[in-house]
Amino acid sequence: MRCLRLARFLLPFVALALLAAAPARAQLDIDIIGGSGTLTPIAIVPFENENNWPLGITGIVGADLVRSGLFKLVDYAGIVPRPTRAEDVRADDWRSRGADAVVVGSMRAVGEGRVEVRFALVDAVKVKQLAAMTYVVTPAQFRATAHKIADVIYQALTGDVGVFSTRIAYIAKQGPRYQLYVAEADGYNAQVIVTSNEPLLSPAWSPDGTRIAYVSLENKKPVVYVQSLETGRRQVLANFRGSNSAPAWSPDSRRLAVTLTKDGGSQLFLINADGSGVQRLLSSPGIDTEANFTPDGKAVLFTSDRGGTPQIYRLSLGSNAVERMTFEGGYNVSARATPDGKGFVFVRRDGGRFQLAIQDFATRQVQVLTAGPQDESPSVSPNSKLILYAAEQGGRGILAAVSSDGRVKQRLVAPATDVREPAWGPLPR
Amino acid sequence: MRKFLIAAFAVAFLAGCQSTETQSPAPIEEPAPGSAAAGAAAGGTAGGATTSGVTTSGIGGTAAGGGLSPALKDPKNILSKRTIYFDYDSFVVKDDYRAQVEAHAKYLQTTRAANITLQGHTDERGSREYNIALGQKRADAVKQLMRVLGATEIQIETVSFGKEKPKSDGHDESAWAQNRRVEIIYVGE
Repeated sequence: MRCLRLARFLLPFVALALLAAAPARAQLDIDIIGGSGTLTPIAIVPFENENNWPLGITGIVGADLVRSGLFKLVDYAGIVPRPTRAEDVRADDWRSRGADAVVVGSMRAVGEGRVEVRFALVDAVKVKQLAAMTYVVTPAQFRATAHKIADVIYQALTGDVGVFSTRIAYIAKQGPRYQLYVAEADGYNAQVIVTSNEPLLSPAWSPDGTRIAYVSLENKKPVVYVQSLETGRRQVLANFRGSNSAPAWSPDSRRLAVTLTKDGGSQLFLINADGSGVQRLLSSPGIDTEANFTPDGKAVLFTSDRGGTPQIYRLSLGSNAVERMTFEGGYNVSARATPDGKGFVFVRRDGGRFQLAIQDFATRQVQVLTAGPQDESPSVSPNSKLILYAAEQGGRGILAAVSSDGRVKQRLVAPATDVREPAWGPLPR
Repeated sequence: MRKFLIAAFAVAFLAGCQSTETQSPAPIEEPAPGSAAAGAAAGGTAGGATTSGVTTSGIGGTAAGGGLSPALKDPKNILSKRTIYFDYDSFVVKDDYRAQVEAHAKYLQTTRAANITLQGHTDERGSREYNIALGQKRADAVKQLMRVLGATEIQIETVSFGKEKPKSDGHDESAWAQNRRVEIIYVGE
């Protein structure tokens, strides 16, 4: 009966939603608010015939590169004729404009609704081609193609793998409603994969990119679910007596570490991805939680208060040896191993401010990356270069990103929405 | 397409008044040209796999239903007091709440069919997952005291909401103090 009343109340809103020109999706607007010391100047000349299609591929490529915080765009106007192939690039044209590299290309329809997209990346000083690719795609694939082009350029110029073709997941809260979103790394095409009237938290991508685990409070207790991205179908991973939370995938996507309280106290367990085979990972008298596998699968970082205050420890899976990792301050939590295997990002509390820091395994040196005051939930990009995290601005939850050296800063804001709990997806296969 | 998705979602929502819904996204993984995955991805678009029915709150325990005493809801009875507040960084049940905890423990002792869930909560500061564990620690502290005072293990489930369900939305000490708490919920009420 309550349902019917609710339905009648909602009807006008549904009607409005149907009439609205654009869906009310939490699309993220991403701003750069701090850049690297020296930005590589690059010119991206619009591809020949690009204007024949509504989506400007080179605009997306340029936005991707600028968003990385490592590039600045150089003006290309006034170069006649417009260069479209590597051999068209003349050093004289670009010397005065100060470009280190130039991107040129062309597009043409090749029948059956498909388009050939060619581009070349040229060193503007040496006039030497650094990379070139040709794609045959449909216009529906233009956005993805632009990201791939940006990845190729990024890798050619920095030596690092690009992450422009990856996706991010995050939780958006609007009033009493929680939604888990998956969007492209530039914030576009955000799509809802879960909607709930109760809190959702801790989204975790399977390393193979096919599933997302998350914690839902819809059952009036924390329960861990695993959901398929393709089908939207989900299954309960862990719903034992007490609380079930903090899912973390093993690198081979076959198991997850979870925090269960079924045996008394928050403790770490391993469980198969289908929910079978629960086994205890280790025991302690206090709290063990926030497990996170290292990329080689040989160790698990976790948060424990066994020493009296929450600190980060590392469990070696072979020997079962536990080693304390953090020693500064009284609150170090939320460790996330960086994919390059060099260290981990974590959250520390310093004088009441919660901020992000990064620690190197080899040197044990800690570098504070953000100022806080309410920074939490770090997630590292697959190339280890950027860290996505949750922050607060004007009393509202936003997402932010910082580069692993602390220099590049981004802010990701969804209008009229509280966003939190970001999770960076893996590289596409 | 997007309007269809909104309409489909809205209709499904209204029809079932579900509290949780899952959907498959439109293909966001654009396959390589000519790949067989293209067909499979396109097939996943229409409608999506929505869960049907109302989400149940399976938290175990016997359905006490009509067996629960009206004293539990009587504002003049200490059993209607269901919240225990905690000091900052503390997991100790303060003396102020001793009588309240004892009353519930005695009720459980004498009404073996009654079951409760103790829900632990924290203030908004810090890691969400670590706060789940802290809330759990608070709920366990109340459970421990109740067991000492006569309740049995199987009558009490402890869960945590961490900082996810605050009582007060403020961002100051007074709001935080209202959020550090354990709620006593009787199964079946």
